[in-house]
Amino acid sequence: MFNILKELIYSSGAVSLTGGNLVMWLVAFVLLYLAIKKKYEPLLLLPIAFGILVVNLPLTFLMEPEHGLIWFFYHYGIEQDIIPPLIFLGLGAMIDFGPLIANPKTLLLGAGAQAGLYVTFFAAILFGFDLQEAGSIAIIGGADGPTTIYLTSKLAPHLLGATAVSAYAYMALVPIIQPPMMKLLTTDHERKIVMTKLRPVSKLQKICFPIVTGMTIMLVVPPAAPLISMLMLGNLFKESGVVERLTNAASNELMNIVTIFLGLSIGATMTASTFLSPKVLFIFFLGLFAFVISTAAGLLMAKFMNLFLKDKINPLIGAAGVSAVPMAARCVHKVGSEANRRNYLLMYAMGPNVAGVIGTVVAAAILLKNLG
Amino acid sequence: MPELIAPLAGNVWKVLIAVGDKVEMDDEVIILEALKMETPIYCDDSGTVTELRVKEGDAVEEGAVLVVID
Repeated sequence: MFNILKELIYSSGAVSLTGGNLVMWLVAFVLLYLAIKKKYEPLLLLPIAFGILVVNLPLTFLMEPEHGLIWFFYHYGIEQDIIPPLIFLGLGAMIDFGPLIANPKTLLLGAGAQAGLYVTFFAAILFGFDLQEAGSIAIIGGADGPTTIYLTSKLAPHLLGATAVSAYAYMALVPIIQPPMMKLLTTDHERKIVMTKLRPVSKLQKICFPIVTGMTIMLVVPPAAPLISMLMLGNLFKESGVVERLTNAASNELMNIVTIFLGLSIGATMTASTFLSPKVLFIFFLGLFAFVISTAAGLLMAKFMNLFLKDKINPLIGAAGVSAVPMAARCVHKVGSEANRRNYLLMYAMGPNVAGVIGTVVAAAILLKNLG
Repeated sequence: MPELIAPLAGNVWKVLIAVGDKVEMDDEVIILEALKMETPIYCDDSGTVTELRVKEGDAVEEGAVLVVID
């Protein structure tokens, strides 16, 4: 009897617990709190947090290669790069490129805001990260979760948990991080600028956009193809108006299903042994740096464009060049309306915002091509 | 008669006035919802509401007339 009891105790996970596991539980509980109580990106943070929790229960072997349940989700979904492009399919089916088509110069803002990526890339190398790791950290500056996951899984899979969580964290923290930057780098007068009305965009233009833009990008930077092709297919579903069922499936059911496996798998990469190192924690700092520089670059790019434009743009929309859709555009709208309550910048900010998504994918493809 | 125009596309989230109400310049009269964000729309004129062209839940395009004020 005593022996059976002893065996039960020794085969239980409890005796194999390490201090690191307990720290990771704490990380999981903090993320659960942020997701449930603060509603910070709960759709992702909640499964991520749960993934962290269960993978730090010893002897469950959920991430054991070739055996563990979550390992299979991770292997087929992320290592084989299935899920990030499917998220992009859904994203394409939801976003409206209209504001970008109406005002194509905002494409420059989406490109300008990628400057933070390149600055951070070199900063990370200075701090001792190798080229592949530096590329994965730099892409956090785009504040685009799926792209960050896609690139990190190819370049530096051991950093996946850290880069993914920081990308999603900074997406959620847009309303906290961006406004002080916006106020610092623009004058009250600039924030009050009311923009000229967007020209109407025809249905034909909206249908042609994903085809023409998608083909152009894939011809110029072929490694962008998995993400860009799915993004543009989703958008073509939406704009064609003839496949409403596919649009809905891509943007609702499919998106929700893959989000579960994405979050859980990302969380499960964060075992105490891979996550708790000063190097990984430093990634959060560098990611924040990337995001701040990207925001500043977008704002300054907009101010620079104003030197040449007759109809001035409100430089705040430059901050939406990071690709957190639509959080960054909402944030621009809010800061703009604080300066002038009759300033409605939301749709103007969506132009650089969707351009930012494309810009981040192209930046990722360039990094992948040169470092992969 | 002055008209209040929707400054951006969205759904009418809340209508804070009724026909016959007296409104002042800068009063918050309608709240639009776009991209899950509430945007208050302020009155451009003072007067009496003679016509409400929208109700809660309606989708409006940019430039649509929301309210007519006399």
